[in-house]
Amino acid sequence: MNFAVIFEPQNLALYGTGILTTLALLFSSLAVGAVLALLCALALTGPWAPLRWVVGAYTYVMRGTPLLIQVYLIYYGLGQLEWIQARWDTVWPWTHFKEPFFCALLAFSLNTAGYTAEMLAGAIRETSAGEIEAAQAYGMSRFKVMLHIVLPSAMRRTLPAYSNEVVMMLQATSLASAVPAMLDVTAAASRIYSDYYLPFEAYLAAAAIYLVASFCLIGFFRFSEGRLLAYLAPRKL
Amino acid sequence: MSSYYTSILYGAVLTVGVSLAALLVSLVLGLAGAGAKLSGRPILVALATLYTTIIRGIPELVLMLLVFYGGTIGLNNLLEAMGSEATVDINPFLAGVLTIGFIYGAYMTETFRGAILAIPKGQAEAAWAFGMGRTQTFMRITAPQMVRYALPGFTNNWLVLIKATALVSLIGLQEMTYLAKQASAATRSPFAYFLFTAALFLIYTTVSLMVLRRLNARYSLGTKRVQL
Repeated sequence: MNFAVIFEPQNLALYGTGILTTLALLFSSLAVGAVLALLCALALTGPWAPLRWVVGAYTYVMRGTPLLIQVYLIYYGLGQLEWIQARWDTVWPWTHFKEPFFCALLAFSLNTAGYTAEMLAGAIRETSAGEIEAAQAYGMSRFKVMLHIVLPSAMRRTLPAYSNEVVMMLQATSLASAVPAMLDVTAAASRIYSDYYLPFEAYLAAAAIYLVASFCLIGFFRFSEGRLLAYLAPRKL
Repeated sequence: MSSYYTSILYGAVLTVGVSLAALLVSLVLGLAGAGAKLSGRPILVALATLYTTIIRGIPELVLMLLVFYGGTIGLNNLLEAMGSEATVDINPFLAGVLTIGFIYGAYMTETFRGAILAIPKGQAEAAWAFGMGRTQTFMRITAPQMVRYALPGFTNNWLVLIKATALVSLIGLQEMTYLAKQASAATRSPFAYFLFTAALFLIYTTVSLMVLRRLNARYSLGTKRVQL
């Protein structure tokens, strides 16, 4: 074992860049995914059946196919379509499809949106009927009931499941290394492996980084659950 | 249908093979892990807890690369230290099956532990009172009942496991993701091939889901359902 190599400044810097890329990917895809998930969850629990079917099919496909294939489809696949090819040199949103970071981000966001939407929709459906009836009795409109009563409590109740999803997403960002020119933690480890032929040291270091990051995320969610879901905890005697 | 599609279909056979073999490994590890966690012996409990905590905090891909590249070098160094001239290559199928099985063994451990805990303790006590041994109690009393409690968690784990097999393509196993990538590089029409592969995965997960629902119905026979 030769861990000294890992701690050489240029290699530490490589891991540092990797950590930044991984975190940037994680948080931006979670942010975009959360917005998409909210819209999808509203559609899934909404009154309009065709929209329910379309969004249901979307989440089913996202949850039924591997993320790696989704990344490939967006990074390699979309470039094949002439419609996009004709636009990606000039027309604005399509110019981004040449950037690996954007492609990875898009794939991760769409994927996490699929999973999160189903969780949130489940929590919305589980809202107890009494709360909604009480809100209606106060004369709240459908929109107001959603905004003031259902969503705040449903989002809190999604928290335990969502914390799993966030940790899963952290691990899923390692797939960014399958896209050339992306330097996340896993890709940094792969580069050190190929430079020094030290697979154990390189990948163990990456594993340690992910482990620490997972524990930090889990700790953060424990803390927020303690605060936000305190009213659901068993009463302390 | 071009020959690339046919080759991807052959790759699908390998995908099914990897996933089933990995499932077998994970079931064995899961049962062993759950047994260790419930054994009440501090060393076993600590080991099993370490296993489930660490494995669930590391990405599958990193573990797979660690086992595949690290394992090859480790084995060869070991052989060299023993004075042998031979070199071994870990084959990607084995590396994939072992890593995926090892990872999902950790998830199965938690699922099985929950399922065993859900069975009333009196059942096992009654079996002991009848003079059954530990193995007999497990085979005749615990196992048939825990299936029902374990199935929902098992279904989730299995679906995630299927999707994880796509990662084996990154260590060079020629399953369908690998073949799709090759086909798309050769023909410059990646969209079609990846879409085809995604559809095959979707079929695989859908069929699994249908089978497991049947199984769930079968094992839930005779349980009381209350309509609120």
